[in-house]
Amino acid sequence: MSSNSHPVDLLRFNTCGSVDDGKSTLIGRLLYDSKSLMEDQIEALERSADITGGGQINLANLTDGLRAEREQGITIDVAYRYFATPHRKFIIADTPGHVQYTRNMVTGASTANLSIILVDARQGVIEQSRRHAIIASLLRIPHLVVAINKMDLVDWSEERFLEIKDQFEEFLPRLDIKDVKFIPVSALQGDNIVTLSAHTPWYPGPTLLGHLETVHIASDWNLSNFRFPVQWVNRPNNPTDHTLHDFRGLSGQIAGGIVRVGQKVMILPSGFSSIIEQIWTLDGLQEEAFSPQSVTLVLEHDLDISRGDVIVDAEDLPGSSSDLHAKICWMNPRPLTPGKQYLIKHTNQTVKASVTAIEHRINISTLEKQDGITELAMNDLGEIRLKTAKPLIYDGYARNRLTGSFILIEPGTNATVAAGMLLPPTEVARPEYCDFAI
Amino acid sequence: MFTGFLTVTYDISAVALKAHPEFKSLPRISKHTPLKLFTPSTIPLFTPFLMKSYHLDHLDYLETEAIHIMREVAAEFERPAILFSGGKDSICLLRLAEKAFRPSDIPMPFLNVATGHEFPELLEFRDRRAKELHAKLIVRTVDEALEKGIAVQAPGQISRNQLQIPVLLGAIEEFRFDCCIGGARRDEEKARAKERFFSFRDSFGQWDPKNQRPEIWNLYNGRLNPGENMRVFPLSNWTEMDVWEYIKREKLEVPSIYFSHKRRCVRRGGQWVPDTELMPAKANEEVKEIVVRVRTIGDIISTGCVESPAATCDDIIDEIAAARVTERGSRADDRVSEAAMEDRKKAGYF
Ligand SMILES: Nc1nc2c(ncn2[C@@H]2O[C@H](COP(=O)(O)OP(=O)(O)OP(=O)(O)O)[C@@H](O)[C@H]2O)c(=O)[nH]1
Ligand SMILES: [Mg+2]
Repeated sequence: MSSNSHPVDLLRFNTCGSVDDGKSTLIGRLLYDSKSLMEDQIEALERSADITGGGQINLANLTDGLRAEREQGITIDVAYRYFATPHRKFIIADTPGHVQYTRNMVTGASTANLSIILVDARQGVIEQSRRHAIIASLLRIPHLVVAINKMDLVDWSEERFLEIKDQFEEFLPRLDIKDVKFIPVSALQGDNIVTLSAHTPWYPGPTLLGHLETVHIASDWNLSNFRFPVQWVNRPNNPTDHTLHDFRGLSGQIAGGIVRVGQKVMILPSGFSSIIEQIWTLDGLQEEAFSPQSVTLVLEHDLDISRGDVIVDAEDLPGSSSDLHAKICWMNPRPLTPGKQYLIKHTNQTVKASVTAIEHRINISTLEKQDGITELAMNDLGEIRLKTAKPLIYDGYARNRLTGSFILIEPGTNATVAAGMLLPPTEVARPEYCDFAI
Repeated sequence: MFTGFLTVTYDISAVALKAHPEFKSLPRISKHTPLKLFTPSTIPLFTPFLMKSYHLDHLDYLETEAIHIMREVAAEFERPAILFSGGKDSICLLRLAEKAFRPSDIPMPFLNVATGHEFPELLEFRDRRAKELHAKLIVRTVDEALEKGIAVQAPGQISRNQLQIPVLLGAIEEFRFDCCIGGARRDEEKARAKERFFSFRDSFGQWDPKNQRPEIWNLYNGRLNPGENMRVFPLSNWTEMDVWEYIKREKLEVPSIYFSHKRRCVRRGGQWVPDTELMPAKANEEVKEIVVRVRTIGDIISTGCVESPAATCDDIIDEIAAARVTERGSRADDRVSEAAMEDRKKAGYF
């Protein structure tokens, strides 16, 4: 992902790892020790401790907001929490560890800039820790923190910490994650979360919060390739302002790059060319705008453009094809098999697609690619080929998260069954019609 | 001046420079370039671009996320509506709708589900704001629903909070709305913290928190079968602080009860609530005229009033920064039990 050098002042992170590794407890501890909890929230915690917890407050209850979650002591769906320190604002997604709810982990992780993977110090790296690390890598989350938790249960052993670090580092080279930090913690007791622990004199720091506040994270919006998927055609019906009688704007969120008045653009898939005449916003006309701003573009030429079309820089075209190659995370109990038909939602359009082949599945234990696969089952990660009813205008996911991602929807149930990341296109967009506008 | 200009140029990403259509025609700067190239008339032309860092601040980011969601709703649903109560969150929603759809009309009506126990200031504001925006305002009330028998009051129950559910579901059916945009935020309450941006409701209007659709990146699945419904929450990621900072930045008008004023209040359930004829003070209840404001607006009998001198947006922002109690800490309807909100949501609440 080409990036902006400006560090983020809003950091979005998620917790992941296997069930009961202490993710929710860790978030609770982080909020509690950073004094981000309000009195009524603390009171509610204490009340439930008296009723159910034998007087012990359960920090996981802060995010486990559903009754079923509190009853079973597990997280079912993502909880989002917001807090701020003088250094940064944070959006936390506390995701479930249970394999059954992997789809909710993917939901929480998809918008994160950083993932914290928890590992239970007694158990070490297990299959679910690996699965989550692989998902983080597929989603291209650039930063990872491996929090080795429950250090209180292994006598704060440095040896054990290093052993687990080795286990993790063993498979790390096969993942595409640039920055990994290992921190020994006890979420339950608060060691190395907000303050350095006296129990781990061998660990020099930083604390988890210290790291989250200072880690340099560049924003991950693509600023190099102008891409504008048209979301909504803006045509005032009876404008009170008569100068707007012929207004025809194209509204949407800039999915990549920078756009300027006067810029030469191409509309895909039609291939018409035009020039940006106005960048309209409620705050006035702009000379330029950039990803991920939401704006309304007015072109010099009156062209047939509708939702799903993509406006791009005329000299920097994306890929276009109806034969797609993608990595996916399968999230439905009914397996994916070649030949099945789905709907694919990509940028602002939804079209029919059928699975033409399963290239391979990733073996979570060995990270090897397994060929000769006939289906992808729930929570499997793999690579597939798709044929779409209409060519998609796209970039590889590594270049642009917004134009390189898609979901698959099952017709009938309308369930979201897969998250997909497109591999780089092999063909550049070839306009359908020749250029007559300019 | 000259070198300063150059430094600025190279501070921003080379990428941005390349994409600039004028890049190729920008004068080459060499030692020999005459200084007069940068006369006052040329500098303003280039500097805004050269000095710019392509970075959205926190509020801008929340705003673009919300606008994107509102436009998705307009594009993907046939009969959407915006839930507008006159409260601070829905005021932000309306501004975001303007940002998303102007210069066109906002392509959906506003729907208000009124308990009949509103603060009068709120109703006046609601009607006026809808008019200013040239929007169609639909109001459906608990009183009407009680009359028609759509809603039934539990014996002894005075709060009408629960009764809003059948009224909302009735309005959805009456107008065949397939999507309602609401101003709920995840930081309000812990069941809300579990909600998706696009929150699916079955044909009974129910939320099934154990079986929500995955919501990945900004790809929202809004597909429905007949009778099903979507609730969409563009402010999901906003906090109370963000809302006030946005109100300040956008210079939005809010009902006067959010600001400090004198009011006769009753001490009830550990909080001050307005003294009204709907639920007169009992002999043993303390009644006092105090200087208060409201942080969150429910119906008039259950909205907690907090003692506060905050008279401006800035005062409120300072107050929230120092607050030790959450916004909903002052609402009786949420304090019933740990799962009060979850239960209402499952039944079809906003
Ligand atoms: N001794 C000890 N126990 C811990 C620690 N952290 C968490 N626990 C306990 O581990 C159990 C599970 O904690 P949770 O925070 O609910 O685990 P989780 O990872 O959120 O679980 P899921 O969300 O269901 O995947 C609870 O009983 C915690 O009290 C720790 O550092 N030390
Ligand atoms: Mg949990």
